[in-house]
Amino acid sequence: MAIEIKMPALSPTMTEGRLSRWLVSQGDSVASGDVIAEIETDKATMEVEAIDEGTIGAIHIGEGTDGVAVGAVIATLLEEGETEVPPISQPVSGATTPVAEAPTQAAPNQETASAVAAAAPIAASVAAPAAAPVGAEPDWQGSTRTMTVREALRDAMAEEMRQDERIFVMGEEVAEYQGAYKVTQGLLDEFSAKRVIDTPITEHGFAGLGVGAAFGDLRPIIEFMTFNFSMQAIDHIINSAAKTLYMSGGQMGCPIVFRGPNGAASRVAAQHSQCYASWYAHCPGLKVVSPWSAADAKGLLKSAIRDPNPVIFLENEVMYGQSFEVPEADDWVVPIGRANIVRQGADVTITAFSIMVGKALEAAEALSSIGIEAEVIDLRSLRPLDTETILTSVKKTGRMISCEEGFPFAGIGAELAMQVMDGAFDYLDAPVMRVTGKDVPMPYAANLETLALPQAQDIIEAGKAVCYRAGGL
Amino acid sequence: MANKVAANKRAEGKTVEGKKSERKRGRPPKSIINDKPSADTMLEMYRQMVLIRRFEEKAGQLYGMGQIGGFCHLYIGQEAVVVGIQSVAKEMDSVVTSYRDHGHMLACDMDAGGVMAELTGREDGYSKGKGGSMHMFSREKNFYGGHGIVAAQVPIGAGLAFAHKYNGDGGVNMAYLGDGAANQGQVYETFNMAALWSLPVIFVIENNQYGMGTSVSRAAAGQELADRGKAYGIPGVQVDGMDVLAVRTAAEEALAHCRAGKGPYILEMKTYRYRGHSMSDPAKYRTREEVDAMRKQHDPIEQLRDVLLREGADEAQLKDIDQKVKKIVGDAADFALASPEPNASELYTDIIVA
Ligand SMILES: Cc1ncc(C[n+]2csc(CCOP(=O)(O)OP(=O)(O)O)c2C)c(N)n1
Ligand SMILES: [Mg+2]
Repeated sequence: MAIEIKMPALSPTMTEGRLSRWLVSQGDSVASGDVIAEIETDKATMEVEAIDEGTIGAIHIGEGTDGVAVGAVIATLLEEGETEVPPISQPVSGATTPVAEAPTQAAPNQETASAVAAAAPIAASVAAPAAAPVGAEPDWQGSTRTMTVREALRDAMAEEMRQDERIFVMGEEVAEYQGAYKVTQGLLDEFSAKRVIDTPITEHGFAGLGVGAAFGDLRPIIEFMTFNFSMQAIDHIINSAAKTLYMSGGQMGCPIVFRGPNGAASRVAAQHSQCYASWYAHCPGLKVVSPWSAADAKGLLKSAIRDPNPVIFLENEVMYGQSFEVPEADDWVVPIGRANIVRQGADVTITAFSIMVGKALEAAEALSSIGIEAEVIDLRSLRPLDTETILTSVKKTGRMISCEEGFPFAGIGAELAMQVMDGAFDYLDAPVMRVTGKDVPMPYAANLETLALPQAQDIIEAGKAVCYRAGGL
Repeated sequence: MANKVAANKRAEGKTVEGKKSERKRGRPPKSIINDKPSADTMLEMYRQMVLIRRFEEKAGQLYGMGQIGGFCHLYIGQEAVVVGIQSVAKEMDSVVTSYRDHGHMLACDMDAGGVMAELTGREDGYSKGKGGSMHMFSREKNFYGGHGIVAAQVPIGAGLAFAHKYNGDGGVNMAYLGDGAANQGQVYETFNMAALWSLPVIFVIENNQYGMGTSVSRAAAGQELADRGKAYGIPGVQVDGMDVLAVRTAAEEALAHCRAGKGPYILEMKTYRYRGHSMSDPAKYRTREEVDAMRKQHDPIEQLRDVLLREGADEAQLKDIDQKVKKIVGDAADFALASPEPNASELYTDIIVA
């Protein structure tokens, strides 16, 4: 059967091109791979190769023709034994993707035009699904034990590793050194070098290796000595871990935890003091948590390890040594995606996560002395965000202050302000305020460092501002 | 069809240029060289190479018709590499590669229709149309992608090898990468860890002589990519990647090494892609003569065809294979065009495992 050779699309954006030259003429025989013509695309001059073998029966579009539509028949190829050139079929408009066939291609009369308008943004108009319900947090009435955040994190890993052979911990100095910040203390002894693995200093490499191990159905916990160094690995975190479930149509998830200290330490300056919460929270496909208390650190880390998705677990070096009461439960698990109201109040909502929760509580006590009762919400999870708890509180207080250590621009606070505007605009009695790190790289000098970091006093000032109070405190 | 190959160039461990055939390093031992595959195996390798060739030609055609969008990287010319290697791989082994992945998926026995439907962005594609040419996976066939970031698949492959070792399942990972990818830092981070921990992974460097428009000589200091593992003690062999039998032999050796627990192995496959880097590449960085010389003198399919005919296969047998392949590819294209676009509701699925 005769084969129609059509004007090919030779770039992602080409819709038409110039047929600049024929390298064959009628009667020539061609084999697959022979160059038969040259065309100019919107980008370059390209050679057109024959795909089938046969004899050129007819050339329909002469060389030098401009504006040849992609899909137009440019020649007819006859197969062995054929002599007759059949009439050419209608040129098709090739380059457009064949979206829901009819209306988009139809004549532009009134009716179809509006149909097109209605149909076109179809994808955009699909509503994002409501956040999946999060399991209720166990209300603990039993006994508790005082422990540090560091111990709570270690216990979480150890308990999970006892339950599931597939879990292993990998990172720099996690095994023999017992952890750069001693978070993995004792794990090597209990679980052996097979499951507690010291890596070379090679973040990009071991993050990718962890992703591969997760694809291979293991459950890696990848420790970054600090999240500053995860910048070397962010390609694997985003491109390999977070996107694969989607790109595989749901076939392949990536159950992995990336954990380590995040945010400012003390006097280590710009390259070692930064909060990455908003960087990771920006990306679909990840879960991002950042606990404050030891109980949450333990319960959330256990959830993160069990989660079938990649979870970014942001700890804080300054918090490691702080002690909290932790439930003495056999299996203390805090669900990801649920904020915690750590102080009730009717006048202003203060949101915070990680180390800022402590500062927010400090500020709330001070504000209370001048008659402002703040409700302090520990966000705990940044993605998914517990918007419901935030909105409920803001509807009650009519005011909100967002606290974070990170930079203000495009930070978590920017997102929270937007969420509140979307969901509680009519309830606001004052503009949302944010208390953040300053918009500068972290300085080294002690006085400058203090100035760069958000302090409890900044939250107090914000509290007075949203409540329209003057005077000192 | 005319037989275009003048002479059978097959020689184990020999490079495409031939002049390096004297190299002693990495030449597989005699015993293995003489272990010739059966006629059936050779016919199957022939079938797979023809399948990949025809599939890619069809993909190019559909791209020309606007049915495939975006980037589309064809494997034409390199068929012997993946077919030779996968012909000796076992079911428990795993594979990971770059965006030039259609051939690898077919060699891993993934369904041609499912792959083509992904290329056309349809619901019946391996990723429901959400991954496209560069991002496809099949857990069932142990094919772990399809990765669009140059060299990202290399540590991922080592991670899969880590899992093979951790689970003691005896599997080996084949991590395919390009000559351009071989210059990425993460490759050396991976070589180090793979050697340090004796991971069962074969790094298959598909040296098709160009990374996009940059020839190896303009991108790589020290052009012997097989030697790139030397500092880590990883054995490396340079192989004529246009000769499927040489590839197979080298892969057998590499697999034996990995399965014996001796750690990673590097296979540098000297190969060539006939088409541009992607569909929109006019390939002005090389001459047509260079391409034609490769095609005419080193074509992997023609070379095997020669061997088969010399060893008693008849034309009709090969023609029959050609016909069957043509039908598979035709059916795959029909399937890929008939399959509907994904439902709009798919936009928000598969982001997070609930
Ligand atoms: C990290 C990264 N940088 C750049 C690119 C763009 N890019 C895609 S393919 C390619 C060339 C790679 O060449 P090679 O590794 O030899 O593989 P081949 O295409 O020849 O199979 C480049 C630069 C990319 N996808 N990822
Ligand atoms: Mg290359």
